[in-house]
Amino acid sequence: MNKVYDNKAWLLILPMLALVAFSAIIPLMTVVNYSVQDVFDANTRFFTGTEWFVQMLNDPALQSALLRQFAFSLTVLCIEVPLGIGIALLMPKKGWQASAVLILVTLPLLIPWNVVGSIWQIFTRGDIGLMGWGLRELGYEYNITRSAVDAWGTIIIMDVWHWTPLIALLCYSGLRSIPEAYYQAARIDRASRWAVFRFIQLPKLTNVLVIGVLLRFMHSFMIYAEPFVLTGGGPGSSTTFLSQSLTTMAIGQQDLGPSAAFSLIYFLIILLVSWVFYTAIMNMQKDKEGGA
Amino acid sequence: MAEITLRQLAHSYLPSPSGPEDYAIREMDHVWHQGGAYALLGPSGCGKSTLLNIISGLLEPSSGEVLFDGERVNSLPPEQRNIAQVFQFPVVYDTMTVFDNLAFPLRNTGMSETQIREKVLEVADVLELTPQLKRKAKNLTADEKQKVSMGRGLVREDVSAILFDEPLTVIDPQLKWKLRRKLKEIHRRFNITMVYVTHDQLEASTFADKIAVMYEGQVVQFGTPRELYERPAHTFVGYFIGSPGMNLLDVSVKDDQVRCGEVVVPVFPRVRDIIARSSSDNIRLGIRPDFVEVFETAQEDSLAVEVVNAQDLGTYSILTLALGDVTLKARIDEDQATPKGKAYIRFPQARLGVYIDEYRVETDHE
Repeated sequence: MNKVYDNKAWLLILPMLALVAFSAIIPLMTVVNYSVQDVFDANTRFFTGTEWFVQMLNDPALQSALLRQFAFSLTVLCIEVPLGIGIALLMPKKGWQASAVLILVTLPLLIPWNVVGSIWQIFTRGDIGLMGWGLRELGYEYNITRSAVDAWGTIIIMDVWHWTPLIALLCYSGLRSIPEAYYQAARIDRASRWAVFRFIQLPKLTNVLVIGVLLRFMHSFMIYAEPFVLTGGGPGSSTTFLSQSLTTMAIGQQDLGPSAAFSLIYFLIILLVSWVFYTAIMNMQKDKEGGA
Repeated sequence: MAEITLRQLAHSYLPSPSGPEDYAIREMDHVWHQGGAYALLGPSGCGKSTLLNIISGLLEPSSGEVLFDGERVNSLPPEQRNIAQVFQFPVVYDTMTVFDNLAFPLRNTGMSETQIREKVLEVADVLELTPQLKRKAKNLTADEKQKVSMGRGLVREDVSAILFDEPLTVIDPQLKWKLRRKLKEIHRRFNITMVYVTHDQLEASTFADKIAVMYEGQVVQFGTPRELYERPAHTFVGYFIGSPGMNLLDVSVKDDQVRCGEVVVPVFPRVRDIIARSSSDNIRLGIRPDFVEVFETAQEDSLAVEVVNAQDLGTYSILTLALGDVTLKARIDEDQATPKGKAYIRFPQARLGVYIDEYRVETDHE
């Protein structure tokens, strides 16, 4: 067969290119544009090069926000992933119970971020909130506006409550897709319950867990509305996470240049962490080279 | 080592079965002897897999008993039955290497690593898996994976029977043949009872010494491939084994003669008597297409037929013939000329089977 070389086919990707340009490239380039200039008004601007980037990277407030952000993301991942897997394992697999439990587990996912913050704000109030009042009655001086520990703990519990269902749902679907023969073979091989989990269920969950962990990492790394409504970033700046610092800078102070530089750094960090994580997981599944 | 006995075994998936049609397995008695290579052959949905799962203990039968060497094992879970099962789709532990996969059942029993190593290497050698031992099971081809799942059954010294549930379904045709030979070899070497479930008659007859044909939840015949072919005990066996299946002619006795429609079929007198004595109106004569003799001119006892169609299959042809209103198939070798239009056929009387209510009636002339 003769292959006909006709590069006109490349034209067919133009619509896609236009779409991507509007959805990703143009907005991103706008940010890049701001990050290398100091804009005063429509006619006055100066090229600043890497100045904003250097300034942002050396800003102690942002550095501590970044550390807090990593601490927060790691903590919620470490709690939500095992907890989500556990819930998925316990969920019934058929009958009306399966549907009922599925709905109950999914509910927190359907609540908008702001509302979650408001719910917990009221929930933790010392006078009328069930949790705040209850803890006080039990003798614990619970106050999220005074104690950084209380504020942190509450935000983490709130995030776990809001997002563990996502991991649980993903794992549940992953578990459902394991053919019955695997469990039967394991019984015949006399595998223990732990071995079934370790060698059948967990490996089959790898793919959904990669998606789950990536989503939860990105989500939690960009968390904004919930802590903002609940604690406003306080007490002090103990719960001020990256996106809140960014908003304060960009909207509150109108520092467009620095915030643009900061946005790009923020974006690159998420990209880098996600890539490293994904590559590491994918490498685990390959055969080891050579070996005795 | 075990002899597996099924006594008055029946199983229904319904909680309170009423009629026989509610049963996946209808009451049956059966014995699988130690060291035999057996096939369980039947169409989809006839209860083969159900029966297999009952033997391995994955299912508990609704009634009757499963005996291993005379001991009742009905309520024993599979892990306590010394049985291995290979499933339709290969089951391997993805994240483990082939070595670890094979070692897994042994590790679960707490055997020492040196013994495990010895056993695994031996089995890997038999299955020709030695070069793959270090690889992750996830990255194997389908046939290698299936060998690994077989291997997990073979490493265990306590395994007395291996059950195969259509194990070659996902294997490429040329590898199927290789794996089947491997199975035979393993069977000879390890002296293990093997029960092989399949819906493929070729697979069954190349693997097994004896085949149990299942139909509607019952074993309708248990015999060697040759017996199944030459003397099917049930019309279903006649139809299911052989290609094309057995010819079945509805017959009755009128004026002291056996007739198919209006055509008189010559049979032995005692066959005629059996048919005449029966009160059933479901009486049929069965004959394999390759036992039907075809002539171009009339012979003694021959019947005139129309040749409807001739299908050339290389070394032989399949003729479709019309005998009155009845359609028959006959097989002739390539060296015999294919008759056109009219032809004459004769049924060797010793090859004619009598089926009353679907079951073969012994006529003592064989």
